Amino acid sequence: MSTATTIDPTTRRVPALGGFSAGVLGIELKRMLRNRRTIFFALVFPTALFFVFGSGGGGEEKAGPNANVSAYVLVSMALYGGALIAASGGAMVATERALGWSRQLRLTPLRPVAYIVIKALVALVMAALAVAIVNVVGALQGKAEMPLSTWIECGVLTLICTMTFAALGVFIGYLVPGENVMQILGPGLALLAFLGGLFIPLSEYADVVRQIAYWTPMYGVAEVARAPLTHELPWYAVVNAVGWLAVFIGGAAWRMSKDTARV
Amino acid sequence: MMTTEPHHAAGPTTDAAVRLDGVRKSFGRVEAVRGIDLTLRPGEVVAFLGPNGAGKTTTIDMILGLSRPTSGTVTTFGMTPRAAIARGLVAAVMQTGGLLKDLTVRETVAYTALLFADTKPVDEVLDSAGITDIADRKVGKCSGGEQQRLRFAMALLSDPALLLLDEPTTGMDVEGRRSFWSSIRADASQGRTVLFATHYLEEADQYADRIVLVAGGRVVADGSGAEIRGLASGRTVRARLASPDTTAHIEAIRSLGGVDGVDVRGEQLYVHTKDSDAVARYLLTRTDARDLEIESKGLEEAFLSLTGDPHHDEQHLSEGDRR
Repeated sequence: MSTATTIDPTTRRVPALGGFSAGVLGIELKRMLRNRRTIFFALVFPTALFFVFGSGGGGEEKAGPNANVSAYVLVSMALYGGALIAASGGAMVATERALGWSRQLRLTPLRPVAYIVIKALVALVMAALAVAIVNVVGALQGKAEMPLSTWIECGVLTLICTMTFAALGVFIGYLVPGENVMQILGPGLALLAFLGGLFIPLSEYADVVRQIAYWTPMYGVAEVARAPLTHELPWYAVVNAVGWLAVFIGGAAWRMSKDTARV
Repeated sequence: MMTTEPHHAAGPTTDAAVRLDGVRKSFGRVEAVRGIDLTLRPGEVVAFLGPNGAGKTTTIDMILGLSRPTSGTVTTFGMTPRAAIARGLVAAVMQTGGLLKDLTVRETVAYTALLFADTKPVDEVLDSAGITDIADRKVGKCSGGEQQRLRFAMALLSDPALLLLDEPTTGMDVEGRRSFWSSIRADASQGRTVLFATHYLEEADQYADRIVLVAGGRVVADGSGAEIRGLASGRTVRARLASPDTTAHIEAIRSLGGVDGVDVRGEQLYVHTKDSDAVARYLLTRTDARDLEIESKGLEEAFLSLTGDPHHDEQHLSEGDRR
């Protein structure tokens, strides 16, 4: 047996940025875009919903000082699509853990912080894509009317609001182990979207349903995202949006810290 | 405790590929590792041999920095396990999981390569792992053997100085096993240290320079294959001894070369020894021993006696209870 070591430990380097790189981000985005179910439910479905809800009769009516109902529906659908894709991105964290991939990554120089940054950026980029697609299709269709500045403000607020659902995705992913988290998140988010007034305005609901709806997670973010358009933002909608964000981040952090089992 | 001297003398700390000092690990009230001291030198191929639940996996997890010892220290190449992994010095191949089904084989290797500061070229690694022709296949569509080769490719990307393998040849056929070990030996001759966990005595004996036998969270034997086989190939000398100075004789037998242990059960005397001739000669010439028998211990039986298989003990207990 040779005693001479050709591997010299002192020459080895540690990667910059804890292993974070644009290349890894690229592969992660490619993974998301390859998933046909994600693409359909987060990119195609909200756009289709916009055509159903936002293009019918009454789309030209005013929904704010400078905007019409069609624009109002457009923002709602962009939020729905963005939330859905952000949630599925969040749920991937738990799925990867269940597959043992997280453990595999711990045998590489990748630091946990870099991993979380990558996952957050993937959720953000994908949500931005979902929001952008609904908005671009809406603009091309031409029924939605609002000033460009309002359009941009709504888009940015929508994107920020989708991060609540990225946290929800991580949380639910840990509660429901396995690869089919989306089968719970999909219908669950649709229900929340109904309750939050994304598909049908809350004013159409019975009083009892409306009182419940004010407490659900989509209500607050929807009001926040549409505020530049409606020029209305009840204080309890802000409390709702911030509260649910805190609940989901807290829940995700709690499940992740509890999770010390060896996989 | 039957612990022979390590095959190779331990070098200084910085020289050691792995160094465990008084390592203990508890999970709640369960003590999985109860004080392991171990030094591995560069280029050694070491088998970590022991029954399930011996503490092998727990120890490997600590060497990989996946868990921290409750007490004691673990260093790899003179640094913390995490620091060594960040430099691509330590890699491991686990038996199951650890792969994303929706990535292709090439993407998986490329992804892993991006996480390190320096790696070998992806194509070269794919080629040497023999998975170039399935490089564009989704991991979920690969067979178990192909996935295992992919795990090796990922582990060898950073050209690690220490490679840890958990039951590496499970599911391989004879030919696969042979080519696997010849490539591991070739890497070791370049200075790579290899520690593999196994519960097969035969595999440890055949492919390792050194066997570390663990049981009940401790190292019970440490030496070359020949030395471990020596421990395992002893015989038991059995005789009836009823003389008044039995105690003195037992002391004398204990001091004979090769005697591992002496049991007295009533008038029956059991001597476990590697030199049964010497014990038999003593008993027949110096005492009034009768009904002398010599039994050879099987390899597996000796292995069990060394590792103190818990099921073995339980069986004895329940038999005792019934009496």
